[in-house]
Amino acid sequence: MDQPPEGNSEGTPQPAHTTTLFNELTGSNGYVGNWPGVTVEKKEAVWKKDADVLFTDLPGIYSLSPYSPEEVVSRDFIISGRPSAIIDLVDVTNIERNLYLTTQILETGRPVVVGLNMCDLLEQRGEKIDSKRLSKMLGVPVVEVSALRSKNLDTLVGTAVDSGRANKVAKGVKCFSPEVEDALQTIANTISGSCVPDLLRWYSIKVFERDSAAIESLGLSKQQLASMEKVIEAIEQDRDDDSESIITSERYEWIATVMDACVVKAPGKLTVSEKIDRVVTNRVLGLPIFIAIMIGVYWVALVAVGTPATDWVNDNLFSDGFFVSGNGQAAFDEADKAWQDAHYTNQVSGFIAAAEEAGVDTDGVQDAIDADPQTADDEATIADFEDAAKEAGVVATDVPVTDSDGNFLDTEGNVITTLDADGNPVLEAGQELDVLPTVTEADFETALDNPEPDQHDYDGFVDSIPNAVTGWLTDAGASDVVISLVVDGIIGGVGAVLGFIPQIFVLFVMLCFLEDCGYMSRVAFVMDRVFRRFGLSGKSFIPMIVSSGCGVPGVLATKTIENERDRRMTAMLTTMIPCSAKLPIIALVMGVLAGGSDMWWVAPMFYLMGIVAIIISAVMLKKTRRFAGEPIPFVMELPDYHLPSIKSWALHVWERVSAYVKKAGTIIFAAAVGIWVLSNFGLAGWEGGDGSFGFLQAMDGAPDTYMDYSILAGIGGALSFIFAPLGFGTWQATASTISALIAKENLVSTFGVLYGLGDATENSVSMWQGFANMFTIAGTLRALPPWAPSAGRWTTPSGSGSPLATSAALAGSWVFSSTSSTSSSSLGVLGSGPWLPLPCSRSCCSSSSAPCPSGTRRTSTSSTTWPRSPSPR
Amino acid sequence: MASLKDVRVGETCTVSKLSGTGAIKRRIMDMGITKGTYIYVRKVAPLGDPIEVTVRGYELSLRKDEASCVEVTDVAKAAAQGVA
Repeated sequence: MDQPPEGNSEGTPQPAHTTTLFNELTGSNGYVGNWPGVTVEKKEAVWKKDADVLFTDLPGIYSLSPYSPEEVVSRDFIISGRPSAIIDLVDVTNIERNLYLTTQILETGRPVVVGLNMCDLLEQRGEKIDSKRLSKMLGVPVVEVSALRSKNLDTLVGTAVDSGRANKVAKGVKCFSPEVEDALQTIANTISGSCVPDLLRWYSIKVFERDSAAIESLGLSKQQLASMEKVIEAIEQDRDDDSESIITSERYEWIATVMDACVVKAPGKLTVSEKIDRVVTNRVLGLPIFIAIMIGVYWVALVAVGTPATDWVNDNLFSDGFFVSGNGQAAFDEADKAWQDAHYTNQVSGFIAAAEEAGVDTDGVQDAIDADPQTADDEATIADFEDAAKEAGVVATDVPVTDSDGNFLDTEGNVITTLDADGNPVLEAGQELDVLPTVTEADFETALDNPEPDQHDYDGFVDSIPNAVTGWLTDAGASDVVISLVVDGIIGGVGAVLGFIPQIFVLFVMLCFLEDCGYMSRVAFVMDRVFRRFGLSGKSFIPMIVSSGCGVPGVLATKTIENERDRRMTAMLTTMIPCSAKLPIIALVMGVLAGGSDMWWVAPMFYLMGIVAIIISAVMLKKTRRFAGEPIPFVMELPDYHLPSIKSWALHVWERVSAYVKKAGTIIFAAAVGIWVLSNFGLAGWEGGDGSFGFLQAMDGAPDTYMDYSILAGIGGALSFIFAPLGFGTWQATASTISALIAKENLVSTFGVLYGLGDATENSVSMWQGFANMFTIAGTLRALPPWAPSAGRWTTPSGSGSPLATSAALAGSWVFSSTSSTSSSSLGVLGSGPWLPLPCSRSCCSSSSAPCPSGTRRTSTSSTTWPRSPSPR
Repeated sequence: MASLKDVRVGETCTVSKLSGTGAIKRRIMDMGITKGTYIYVRKVAPLGDPIEVTVRGYELSLRKDEASCVEVTDVAKAAAQGVA
């Protein structure tokens, strides 16, 4: 043969049966993509044993009707693609319904081999199938296999390859009554010139069914159509039924005779599956069990294992580095605590301030102290200052103490949450500022001699990837642009993707199990009533649960929804649930509103608003043309429960995780590098700058706030009018919003950079102050906590970032994703109601991308499962 | 005429006719509910909809809306559970 024989496996949407077969045959290393124009997955790979054999895994379908996208792509592939042979994998535990599809496949004029899957399960039930007899009745080879246990698979494929090479075309079965067969013969005679002989039977039946897509492709004349219409109508009147129903009924009637001849049924007793099902979808126990399972999945994936693992990767591998030895960690922690407790930084800054008051020249002293490494000039500056201060006899008194977030503390150790306009603490009655009574020049020198403990000096410390790479590049003499691009742009972007793998892996381990064992369709069964009200189905529930942890796997989880329209809509809506990446932002809003005291209702409010946003958006989307139309039938098989084999389960998980890395990886990576370019390049427009275009950080005289002059700032300024109605029409807010497109938590750090707050975190009082000042209505905000939702607006329009990218990848079209983004953003802008904190971005990743200049510590959102109220360590 | 929607849990019936059109009707037929099919209504979801039926030896779930397209006769109490 010139062309490699193509096989394609096909089966009903049983939990991953054809996928199991496909993975077994190919080792799951083929091409995975979408069929053109739809989000139906297309998989192609060559046989492990013979690279000339190419398999295409067709979506699980029940019929070759022209209604669902899955059915259409399968049908088009068989009819137009003409594969060399078709493997029809039949689930014998449900053979009657499966043979219905088989009868249709037999009519497509291709060599067909039927694989009887799960015969072992059937034997357990005490049933038997006479496969020889079945083979005779169907007119094609029938092979008993077990995809789960890799039994007989080579025979199955071997038979298919032989049939394909010999071109043993299946003739189709004469399954209809004599009158219908006569009518089909008449139609066949009429259309015989219009199609290839192999497809004559197929097209005769399609014409009889009045299948418009098939009839159109034949290009028949009006007379031909009219003459055939008479034949069809005659039979319809005779049977008092429409032609489509007649064909379907007669197929099933014929299958019933096949069943009688080939299958020995066991007496009806409850199978194990039925026993399980009686409990888990019980009218009373069903909901509690379902909720318990969901809480279990959520807890394991997002609380117990997944999020900590992801946080660990992000904080250690991509942010701070980590200790491999417990001793080193303990020694460092002790030294760090001792250093913190001594308040050396407060002593230094307090002493300098006192010296300045006393008339000592303090210009450049703090910078010289902070410089790393210190030059001879820096050391000279410090020495001069020390001498001058000694001479003037400077002694600082009542130097305020701050915690590691830079917040002032009272004598009880509580954070002081009110600052005046100059950033000085405002005390409440009875509160006393915690101060160091005196700081002498000797204390100052001691403080300088005690630098912050460096993790690198302790045993067993492994540096984080960005730090290590920065070190290598510096040693190699790379330029600042290259270092910044590699560390902030590329590693930041790749890290953002890789950091999620632990969480996604854990999540899919569980979801694939639920899917493979058959519980997922019960979830749909139990939840359908709730979601149907909003035009979705019960299967939309899982993605939304997952999204509360992270939008990316949430969007990926929509893959379990078979229906394309539901899947798209769910992918668009699911990111509106606040994910854990929003927790720092929620903490920020909470700080602004409540000044750090625990206001229990703030966080739940965000979730509530997310749910309301979903409902409103769903109702709105339903009104758009793309999602309008007839409701999608929810006629769904509830497959038998069974334990998946470890191997197929593992392959299933691997398939999902690798799809994430490939799809999300490429897009998030590109976006991260893009944002890096936007925020690091611009015109040197500052005082003394020459106005030329370039890499800002490396330019002469670039201020710390060089991002003010970046392209991002320009875009922010140009677009800020859009957000003005929300009360934050500044370019900073807009620029933060753009950077949050990549990762929501970037918002806090970008904001800190833009406002020159340095490494202020969401727990810093100064950050709350800056945040509140962004709103024109800040005063009101504080005075009227019940109106809090408006603060949520700020988080609103930042698109759905990476999940957006994921949903784009899933949908295979940017047009679609831009619809999604504009719809969610415009909803954010338009709605001034209280539903606002809409789309959510990636979760809990602290290794953010571009907009932090190197040297600025990144906001860490580690191990946040609830907004932390600022408390001193 | 009674529809599948009205059949209570634990009862059986026989399909007499399918109303409805297009995708929904075809889908119901494709899943094996055709004229003359014997159906056992197994259960109702905890929230009252959809329903689960046994048809042609397997479990099928469909919404009450869709069940109302299925006209049935011979509604009777099932002789024994798990039989269809």
